[in-house]
Amino acid sequence: MTEFLQQVLNGVSLGAIYALIALGYTMVYGVLRFINFAHSDVFMLGAFVGWAAVERLHLPTRSFGGGLAALALAMAVCAILGVVIEKLAYKPLRNRSTLTVLITAIGVSLLIQNVSQNPTIGFGPNPRAFPELFPARQIHLGGLTVSTNQIVVLAVTVVLLAVLYWIVHRTKTGTAMRALSFNATAASLVGINNDRIISFTFALGSALAGAGGVLYATNYPSIDPLMGTLPGLKAFVAAVLGGIGNLPGAALGGLLIGLVETFVSGTRLSTFRDAIAFAILIAILLFRPAGLLGKLKVEKV
Amino acid sequence: MNRPASGPRSRRSFLTLAACSAVLAGCRGKEGDTGAQAIRLGLFGALSGSEAGLGQYTDMGATLALEEVNAAGGVLGRPLEMVREDNRTTAGESATAVKKLLSRDQVVAVIGDGNSGRCLEAGPLCQAAGLPMVSPAATNPKVTEIGDCIFRVCFTDPFQGAVMARFARETLHLSRVGLLVDASAPYSLGLSSVFRERFAAEGGTVVSEQRFSGGDKDFRAQLTALKSAGIEAVFAPSYYHSGGLILRQARDLGFEGPMLGSDGWEAPELLEVAGRTAEGAYFPVHFSPENTDPLVAGFLGRFRRRFGKPPTGVSALAFDTLQLIADAIRRAGSAEPPAIRAALASTRDFQGVTGRISMDPGRNARKPAVIIGVRDGAFRFLRVVDPGDPGRASS
Repeated sequence: MTEFLQQVLNGVSLGAIYALIALGYTMVYGVLRFINFAHSDVFMLGAFVGWAAVERLHLPTRSFGGGLAALALAMAVCAILGVVIEKLAYKPLRNRSTLTVLITAIGVSLLIQNVSQNPTIGFGPNPRAFPELFPARQIHLGGLTVSTNQIVVLAVTVVLLAVLYWIVHRTKTGTAMRALSFNATAASLVGINNDRIISFTFALGSALAGAGGVLYATNYPSIDPLMGTLPGLKAFVAAVLGGIGNLPGAALGGLLIGLVETFVSGTRLSTFRDAIAFAILIAILLFRPAGLLGKLKVEKV
Repeated sequence: MNRPASGPRSRRSFLTLAACSAVLAGCRGKEGDTGAQAIRLGLFGALSGSEAGLGQYTDMGATLALEEVNAAGGVLGRPLEMVREDNRTTAGESATAVKKLLSRDQVVAVIGDGNSGRCLEAGPLCQAAGLPMVSPAATNPKVTEIGDCIFRVCFTDPFQGAVMARFARETLHLSRVGLLVDASAPYSLGLSSVFRERFAAEGGTVVSEQRFSGGDKDFRAQLTALKSAGIEAVFAPSYYHSGGLILRQARDLGFEGPMLGSDGWEAPELLEVAGRTAEGAYFPVHFSPENTDPLVAGFLGRFRRRFGKPPTGVSALAFDTLQLIADAIRRAGSAEPPAIRAALASTRDFQGVTGRISMDPGRNARKPAVIIGVRDGAFRFLRVVDPGDPGRASS
């Protein structure tokens, strides 16, 4: 029983990070109907901003204040990056086919990865150690061991999800986002500046990815320019599992993928972990293409 | 990190052209015998990618040896030259790299990757071409079993597994150990199977085995399962990038017992990633900088002056690899691959910085191993284990 609860805890703290990344995929899909494959690289850059905050700007390590400041900085930088990527790469293709934008997204992703791997203008290919942002301690609850880092991940994720919910459902901009995802033409007819809302969506999604990057690096303190690829793919699976375009779905999908991976890893099937995550993607696409919480839309012709 | 480039482009294409025309004229091989032309060696390794540290430290060790051999007048009156190929830590790239070294650069001997999997990929090509390949740190037994052209200057996985099994029983007095194995690395699989066998033979029990795939960052699930199985220690043969994360997560989960690893843990990055959680980690290595031998002290000083940082074990092994090849060329009196191969095979008591090396009939170096423990955030020399151990017999 203790082992089971410990695995649930491990799974939830991994899943929370997938959820943060998945939200970015799902929000962009909601407004633009394409998968922003560069999202996983924004996640990676978030981790590097967190690293730079300590190593270059000398924020204090092992303190909640310093850690939260690094987190906020990573979110701000990633929000700006997200907007820049959108303006440079996706805006000129606004009325082209989705496939064109999708391939551009893959191109942007490869560009960021390769520039980051260059030792002179990027970070270089070597994995580097991520500093201890938050004071790392273990708390024992009966047979369970919880690390403060896991608590930080869960707390930050819950707070960010609450803020996101508030923005999307309680603010004017959020209403505009929902209107845009519902019907872009009608939204512009009622006076919504679509370009501005799309930029805002990218900023919001990228900020969450940046936070995810810092939290991921806090838990797995070895960062490199290709670190985003696999978590990015898993988060994509999570977004599809929950129903792409659906915000609570992305959060639910992230948690489920985290739990499934953890439970598979704790058994003899551990080496099939990634295969099982992707098998879930295939199964969902076959049997419930709209995802767990999504509603199937019939395309009218 | 500054790596010297492998010669100007124009010169290389000229040489390729020259080589091509030599082949066309039917007099291939003559080219190598003229005057003071450089004797060309090849090196393939993970110069970038997730194991870039391994490749770059290998390159630095070999480069230092190369510069020292050349400063002392080269070999047979000719300078040595080293062509580097990067396999980017990627499966499939090593074969391509070796093909390039073979056909384009026409090297006379190859310094292999420090990783067994990638040597297994490239070895058969060298064997087929009759080109001697010496790996500095590929410890999987299968590597030298490829054929009579493949050598290594390090000890093998069975030896490491046996050393750690004996160390766990006799020094740490452990009886219940859990294994955490990288199922995608022949290195990790080979080491753990010998550990399992030897540890049982010495009276201990391997209680549980959990597996992961290379590149994984989350080991909490496997470690939780091991911890619940009631183990006293974890044996996790792996490379440093996994090792550091394993150490940290094991301590995060409240596991306090000894953490046993393998020679792949020996990198400063392990300590950077694991931080304070590295305390209580033990692993075998090929080389200890705390060795008081003047040869070792001299190497440490020269390496530090040349690269501004201390060498790792693989740097010392790569240094010995290049020196050993240079010595073989000298003893053979020829820079032809078959003669170099024969001279390498008959190596006896070559005094390297990693110890006195002799080649056994299986082309594996016979030499001592060192156990390192982490104390106060640093790698500390614990004890030497001699190849005279019964563990050798199982290899």
